[in-house]
Amino acid sequence: MTQKLVVIGNGMAGARTVEEILARNGDYAVTMFGDEPYGNYNRIMLSNLLAGVETEDGIFLNDLAWYRENGITLNTGTRIERIDASARTVYDAEGNGTRYDKLIIATGSHAWVPPIKGIHRPGRGYHQGVFAFRTLDDTRGMIRYARDHERAVVIGGGLLGLEAARGLQSHVSHVTLLHAMGHLMNTQLDERAGEMLKGSVENKLGIDVIVNAMTSEILGKDRVTGVKLGDGTVIECDVVVVAAGIRPNTAMAADSGLSVERGIVVDDQMRVAGHEDVYAVGECAQHRGDLYGLVAPLWDQAKVLADHITGTTGVAYEGSRVSTKLKVAGIDVASMGLREPETDEDEVIVYNEPRKGIYKQLIIRDNVLVGATLVGDNRKAAALIQAFDRGLPLPDERAELIFDIGGAVEESPADMPDDVQVCNCNGVSKGAICGVVTGGCKTVSGVMDATRAGKGCGTCKPLVQRIVEWANGGEAEEDPAASWYVPGVPMPKPELMIAIRKYRLTSVSSVFEKLVPGGTHDAKSKMGLASLLKMMWADEYVDERDARFINDRVHANIQRDGTFSVVPQMKGGVTTPGQLRKIAEVAEKYDVPMVKLTGGQRIDLLGVPKEKLPAMWADLDMPSGYAYAKSFRTVKTCVGSDFCRFGVGDSTALGIALEERYQGLEGPGKMKLAVSGCPRNCAESYVKDVGVVAIDGGKWEIYVGGAAGAHIRKGDLLTTVSSADEVITLTGRFLQYYRENANWLERTYSFVPRIGVDRIREIVVDDADGIALALDAAVQQAVQAYRDPWKERSDPATPGQFRTSLPLTVLPQVPVRG
Amino acid sequence: MNVLGPVDDIPLGEGRSYTVDGEMIAVFRLRDGSLRAVSAVCPHLGGPLADGQIDNRVVVCPLHLNAWDLTTGCSKSGQPPISVYPVREDHGRILLGE
Repeated sequence: MTQKLVVIGNGMAGARTVEEILARNGDYAVTMFGDEPYGNYNRIMLSNLLAGVETEDGIFLNDLAWYRENGITLNTGTRIERIDASARTVYDAEGNGTRYDKLIIATGSHAWVPPIKGIHRPGRGYHQGVFAFRTLDDTRGMIRYARDHERAVVIGGGLLGLEAARGLQSHVSHVTLLHAMGHLMNTQLDERAGEMLKGSVENKLGIDVIVNAMTSEILGKDRVTGVKLGDGTVIECDVVVVAAGIRPNTAMAADSGLSVERGIVVDDQMRVAGHEDVYAVGECAQHRGDLYGLVAPLWDQAKVLADHITGTTGVAYEGSRVSTKLKVAGIDVASMGLREPETDEDEVIVYNEPRKGIYKQLIIRDNVLVGATLVGDNRKAAALIQAFDRGLPLPDERAELIFDIGGAVEESPADMPDDVQVCNCNGVSKGAICGVVTGGCKTVSGVMDATRAGKGCGTCKPLVQRIVEWANGGEAEEDPAASWYVPGVPMPKPELMIAIRKYRLTSVSSVFEKLVPGGTHDAKSKMGLASLLKMMWADEYVDERDARFINDRVHANIQRDGTFSVVPQMKGGVTTPGQLRKIAEVAEKYDVPMVKLTGGQRIDLLGVPKEKLPAMWADLDMPSGYAYAKSFRTVKTCVGSDFCRFGVGDSTALGIALEERYQGLEGPGKMKLAVSGCPRNCAESYVKDVGVVAIDGGKWEIYVGGAAGAHIRKGDLLTTVSSADEVITLTGRFLQYYRENANWLERTYSFVPRIGVDRIREIVVDDADGIALALDAAVQQAVQAYRDPWKERSDPATPGQFRTSLPLTVLPQVPVRG
Repeated sequence: MNVLGPVDDIPLGEGRSYTVDGEMIAVFRLRDGSLRAVSAVCPHLGGPLADGQIDNRVVVCPLHLNAWDLTTGCSKSGQPPISVYPVREDHGRILLGE
């Protein structure tokens, strides 16, 4: 049978709770009582209404039609005076009783008005010109009165007072803000942040601020003419707005015999102590000793209460971690957790730039963010709130927490419009991602598979993850496969390698059959496994051609029209007239549609049909440049000491030697190298997987983990050595360590920071783990196993290896450039 | 019914394209020995599906890694479906059609 639900209070908490109950198809006949004569409006927006940037219509959350449509009986302008819990009845001022089966108290708060002489007029409420700032009526009255007056004083320098002062500036020419405490927003901010805010409010907004200001008297006979402070100062004014704080509305509950301390005491199901069917929610509720005056905790409470009251068992409200991110009077402010450190061990990070009114303070304990304050710059607020809420581990580079260092600004999913494009490679919008999450796919990898978001260059993956988490209400479901080396074999790389060795699995199919339950093969895992097995077994690897990606089957890079590109090896970017002549002849003979210089200092012949590859390679008679594989690609060099008048080291010779030795070396990702002959760095060594820079005195610096593609990162200096031979040895050792330990498709720019360059230096340079010789031997074995794949031309590895797969007509036709 | 050629023309786990009545068809030889035939053109941006990697269930287009079920033709990544054709081996030959 439908039960009767009565809600006392039609503010944000009461209405939101009813909305949540309706969303759960709760079987209730709902009756609501509201003190104010309106539907439900957004109280937070009253300051915008005051400032004139929002209209009354714009701040309503639920208009009267909403109540009608949902069958809710709304009694506006009706104040409930008493609850008779034993008779399950509430009574209004006229003594009319309403019975309930369940009762929710959401009476909210009222403005607290300090006892100041002259603030009231006997029998007539506030003195003329004095206003509280809490309700729509307060705001309307204030706007009406302020229009014809000139000077306003706001009492209270908290959030509300600042908003009131800012709003009043739209109506009067001069505003003074009085705050009884030593600094503004003292509940949320420490003293320095409060000072910074004061400076901005005064200088940027032109509002006078007086702190430590005790208002002792409101002056004026018929109407307000000024206020007097404790020290005797008189401030002339004709409008006074009191925004000194709020107090929960609990008198009615207390009079009715409910348990009330500072607020109405509730348990984890929002039940009022001792009453099975009476609940309290929002600002009037006291939970585990805490009262909340912000909207986010209130939403949390409404959800728990709605779950509980509609029959979901086991739900509990466990309190909220309070954080705020807002514009206070036009100035960005965010605060969460602790205002100030509590122990000497607390790590405090402060950035202070008074000229711009920027202040940032973080408090970290055991590598977890326990407090943060931002004034003047909220760009990192969303990320900090996330770290704070979830207790995420923090980056070692603490500066990354307060600044955006060399990356895109971290956008908060909540702030992004639905149609904004998240994945710029595959054109996936935020709305499309959210749609898949709503459709039931709750893991990041699942969403990426379904939408292809993040499957291009991969730079948007962190944003995709944040959107999935946000759309799923804060957390994505754990994807067990996230730690696996490839999606189809349930093991992280180290375990996988141990198992492969233990069972001597030398082919990709044997890995599936031995290590996957049911022996299921997985197309998307083959390439990663092929790379790993080749690295582990070198010439013992059993090369099943179907495990290779098409590029590796035909040793060329597939293009959008199904043709391929041919890049002959050109070590160190050094060529000869004879080589150029040969390339030119081949290009002409095969009608190559485009000849292009590559970023890696080679020549690319694009648009070659698969079936022509072997003949072209034969005519070229040059080795493969490996411009298609997850492998060692190229060593870019500058002119070096032979010709360049600045060169201090022979970069071309070293580049050629490196490429000669490590050509074709497969790995978890591409390996792009460079050698520069001096610190002018013309070969861009600082942004390569391994970059070498000659410095004066015959020395070479080796940088690792650089990138300048979709991701930009300056490499970390691994070490400085005195000879080219050492460079060659350490490059091989580092690359082998990367090959053995990096995840599939993890480039060095992720791998190096993940392991840490200090740790890599210990292993690769200092041999702290005693594995240097083993790494050298392993890479030597791989070097010896090298065969130029273009030699396969005369002896195809499989039937039809170079047979066309091209459809007849439908492909996009790439124009020939002449 | 069309005979496309000897089954040994397709290496295990790979695919090859055939033209049948002016239409391009990609035939795959799964590692379990069975055959699958689908339209050879990726409906996304025209990629050659016969160059894609397969397992016993799906083919992955080599251009943008969209995946389709080889038996039903349904996309695994939000793309339109591809056509599937009956195909079987008979005495070492590939037979396409009912």
